[in-house]
Formats: sequence, C-alpha cells, structure tokens
Amino acid sequence: MNATVRRLGWALSDTGVVARRYLSHLVHKPDELIGTLLIPVLAVLLFGFVFGETMGAAAGVDDYRDFLMPGLFALTMAFGIGNTTIAVVSDAGRGVIDRFRTLPMAPSALLAGRSVSDVVAGVVDLAVLAGMGLLIGWRWNEGWPSALAALGLLLWLRLAFTWIGIYLGLVVRSPEAAMKFFSLVFPLAMVADTFVPTSSMPGWLAPLAEWNPLSATVVAARDLFGSPGVVSDSWVAQNALLMALVWPLVLLAVFVPLAVHRYRSAAR
Amino acid sequence: MTGTTEAVILAEGVRKTYPSRSRPSLDGFDLAVRPGTVHALLGPNGAGKTTAVRAMATLVRFDAGRVRVAGCDVASESRRVRERIGLTGQYAALDEVLGGRRNLEMFARLHHLRPGAARARAAELLERFGLADAAERPVRQYSGGMRRRLDLAASLILDPRVLFLDEPTTGLDPRSRAEVWRAVRDLVDRGTTVLLTTQYLEEADRLADTVSVVEAGRVIAEGPPEELKRRVGGSRVEVVVADPSEVDKAAEVLGRVCGAPLDVDPDTQTVRAPVGGRGSELAKVVRALDEAGLEVEDIALRRPSLDEVFLSLTGRRTGEGEG
Ligand SMILES: Nc1ncnc2c1ncn2[C@@H]1O[C@H](COP(=O)(O)OP(=O)(O)OP(=O)(O)O)[C@@H](O)[C@H]1O
Ligand SMILES: [Mg+2]
Repeated sequence: MNATVRRLGWALSDTGVVARRYLSHLVHKPDELIGTLLIPVLAVLLFGFVFGETMGAAAGVDDYRDFLMPGLFALTMAFGIGNTTIAVVSDAGRGVIDRFRTLPMAPSALLAGRSVSDVVAGVVDLAVLAGMGLLIGWRWNEGWPSALAALGLLLWLRLAFTWIGIYLGLVVRSPEAAMKFFSLVFPLAMVADTFVPTSSMPGWLAPLAEWNPLSATVVAARDLFGSPGVVSDSWVAQNALLMALVWPLVLLAVFVPLAVHRYRSAAR
Repeated sequence: MTGTTEAVILAEGVRKTYPSRSRPSLDGFDLAVRPGTVHALLGPNGAGKTTAVRAMATLVRFDAGRVRVAGCDVASESRRVRERIGLTGQYAALDEVLGGRRNLEMFARLHHLRPGAARARAAELLERFGLADAAERPVRQYSGGMRRRLDLAASLILDPRVLFLDEPTTGLDPRSRAEVWRAVRDLVDRGTTVLLTTQYLEEADRLADTVSVVEAGRVIAEGPPEELKRRVGGSRVEVVVADPSEVDKAAEVLGRVCGAPLDVDPDTQTVRAPVGGRGSELAKVVRALDEAGLEVEDIALRRPSLDEVFLSLTGRRTGEGEG
C-alpha cells in the first residue's frame, strides 16, 4: 500500500517536472503559441470584419461574430495537435525520448506531462482569443458559470486532441511527415459546425460534419455562451452537450492506450 | 578470456531483427565486459553498434539471447537496470530550449532527487564539466563539445555503475574530443564501467582496455588494442624515396634487411616492410639505404592502425560495410 502511494506520488511529481519543461518552452519559444493562434486570430479579423455579413447571411445567422467565436475556439483546440506532434517527433528524433526511457521515472509521465502542458497552453490560447473576441464585440450571454462550463468543454476537447498528437508524434518519423498529417487537420476542422452551420452544407456532407467531434463541442459551447446558431434536429445536434462530453472520452479511451503502448514498446 | 561470472555487462547470443527489415541487425551478439574497464565496440556504419547499446540499455526488445547488466536481467528487470546505468546516445539528448542547469535539474528530478538535492547535483556536475559559466544559456547556443559534455553530465546524475556512450566524439573537433576523453578516463578512475562505440580507430586505441570489432551484428574479433594490432603483424618501416625510379631499388634493400612481406607503392614512392618494434632495426634500415646510395625523402616507423586490423579481419576497409 505504502509503496503504491509512493509510486503514485513519484508519477505525479514526474508528470509535473515534464509539464514544467514544456511550459518553459512556451515562455522561451513563444512561436508555438503564436503558430497555433495565427490562423484563428486572422480568422477573427477576416470573418469578423470582411466576410462577416455575407457569411452570416449565407449561414442564416444574424450576428455572425457571436456565431463564429465558439467555432474558432474549437478550431484552436484542434490546431494544438500540430504542436504536440512536432514536439514529440523532434524529441524522438533527437534521442530525448530514449533518454527519458532509460530514466527510472514513471513510464508514462513524459506523455502525461506533455498533455498537462498542452491543456495549460490551451487556457492561454482561449484567453487570447476571448480577448480578441471581446474587442470585436463578442459577448457571452448566459452568465459566468455557463461561460466557464463552455471553456471547460473546449479544454476537455483539447486534452483529447493532445493525445492524438502524442500518438502521431510517436508514430511518424520526421517533423516533415508530421506536417503532412497536420495539413489534414485543417479541412477536418472546417467540415464541422465551425464557420457555417451544418444545415447549410450539402446533404451528403452535413451528417459527417455533425458527427465531427468538433461540432458537438461547438454547438454545446454556443448554447452555453448563448450565441446564435442553427441547430439541426438530428440526434447528435440535439444531444450536443452529451456528445461534447462523450466524444473526447472516446478519443482518450482510444489514443491514451495506443500512445502509452507505443511509448513503452521498445521495438522501434 | 574473461570469467563470465565477474562480467558487469554480459550479452549472450542476442538477436534482433527490426520489423521493417529482413536482415538481422544483431545476429548472435556476444559480449563480456569486466567491471572498471573501458570497452569499445568498433565497427563501420550499420554494423549494429547502436542497436547493441540500445539492447543492453533496455531500449530495444530483442528476439533472442540474454543480457545482464550490473547483475540484473535487462528484459525482466529493466527498472533495476535503469537505476544502475547511464546512457549517452549517438545524438545529444538534451532540451535545446532550456539552459544547461535547467536540463540537469530536470533529469535529476526525474531520477527522483528532491528539489534541493537536484539543484546541488546540477551545480556540481556543471562545475565538473566546465559548464558553470554557460549554465543559464539555452543549449541550442552551445558548441558541439559543450553539448556533448552536458549530455555526458546528464547521464551521470546518480553515478551509474555502467555508462553506455554511443559514438561520444563523432563530429567533435580534436580539442573537444580530448575533453570528452579526459572526462571518460576520469569516470573510470571513479569506478564506472564504460562501454563505448566508435568508428574512430584512434579513439578505441586511446581509451579502451578491450576492443570488440563488430560487423554485421556480431563480434568478429576481440582483445586489447595491442593484441589486435599484433594479429596483423608487428610494426613496419615506411620509406619514401626522393626519386620515383629508385622505388624498386629501395624495395630490394628493404627486402634484404627486413624480409617479406613488402608493400610497394610506386605512386607515392613508398615501400613498407615489417620490422621489430625496436629503434635499432630502424637504424639498420637507414644504414642499408645509405650504403645503397638511395636518397630518402621520409622514413618512419609505423605501428599498424586499427584500420589495418579491420582490413585484415574482414578483408574490407571500414566504411565499406554499408549495403
Ligand atoms: N529503428 C530501426 N528500424 C529499422 N532498422 C534499423 C533501426 N535502427 C537501425 N536499423 C538498421 O540496423 C542496422 C544496424 O544499425 P545500427 O544503427 O545499430 O548501426 P551502427 O553500427 O550504430 O551504425 P552507425 O555507425 O551508422 O551509427 C542497420 O542496417 C540499420 O539500418
Ligand atoms: Mg550508431
């Protein structure tokens, strides 16, 4: 019993040490943060000011900026995958992971530490983006508790995406290969309720977009922020809050074991 | 050669084929390393040195065979092995963004030293490896030699009983190389056993008590550097004549004084012949050449390099092993 508690204590401590390492990177090398935020921030400006009215009209929503912000929040959570993958693959390439693996530390603390630091980075991303949103007139209308719940859902999604990124980082062999994967993230993030409501998409695409894990979180967050949206009457859209909790759980259930196995198997 | 009971690293019949390859990377790899010695794995690119080191350092799961390190089985007691070893991989495994001090403190914490002890250990190692002045600078600004030394320091947090060094000086300039060599000797004086891999024959010669020549995933020859050299024959005298037309005459003189086998190279006007290791033989050669009226551009006593050892063991030069 005592030994188990001590083991657990060290696992937590190891995770903390690793998380601190990656968080120092955010401070000393802010390009990761800037990289993730670049597209969403540009999108705030572009869609908020330039195309906003047209997009809003086409999408059938009155206030496109209020509609857009939850979508951009979720998009940013998805973009985090790229940083995670590149960080892990470059650690693997330079033998840093080998060194971690020869330490008598808790075996999965490296991966857990990375995911903790990613969620913290997610908080920073959301804060910056929310600041931008407030500047252009975005507001939450359902009070603090709901707004915080919405942010919680977004971070929950980020946690799940982080583990996809970690797994990809352990599988691909070079940052270039990781970039190729990352170019898939963008279209996947667009085929969702991010920029336009799924109801305005072609009939064959709409169900795909609705079942996209991003959509559940976006629709649920819109609801919690009290933002306008066009919620289709499909089952997923009607149960967005439930799905926003379940989807990340499913992703975690798949990718955490995959990543941990990959990390621990010495067969590479 | 060595009693296997006293070996601190013992590998027996290790086989490893990576899933993506058809040829085994380790093919019956055997090794016994005595405690407190420096043991070098010498071999060309792709010989399997890194795979061997990774297998012995718990990083590669091998298909067959047995490895014991510091009294523990690598496959079934990997955690115990990890507490007793240090590894410096082929590429510096450091956090490029953090400074030297933060790197060492991080690794010390992951070795489960308390924060205060981790700080103290980091400071001590920085001092010992001459990095105290650069402690706060991000590692990406370090020179190759500084990186290597920090990398070495990072694998010494807990004074490991066995240290694995995979090509510790590849890509370093001579001065940095000498620094790393000094650090390694210093470690051995403190009782650490060092297993290093190298492609530099000079490095194996200078550092190692025992050299194992590795090719195609197995050890093809082993012994102290001196013994390996002796296997290729003794020292040789090397004479460069001034006049190209006199190469044959020089060869005839050397053949008479030293005997066979002669190595004649008309292009470089060089003749090589075996001699005993003592200077008196060299003097005899000089006298004979002088009496024959030959003008000598250069004359030297050359001991065989490990390069030649490799050539005579494998029939190939180092670096031709790839493929
Ligand atoms: N992770 C891997 N996956 C597949 N094949 C590998 C892997 N690592 C090494 N190999 C192959 O195994 C063989 C031995 O490689 P290894 O890296 O052990 O050689 P080495 O002696 O360390 O070479 P070098 O001097 O270039 O470092 C090579 O043919 C190499 O291509
Ligand atoms: Mg190698």
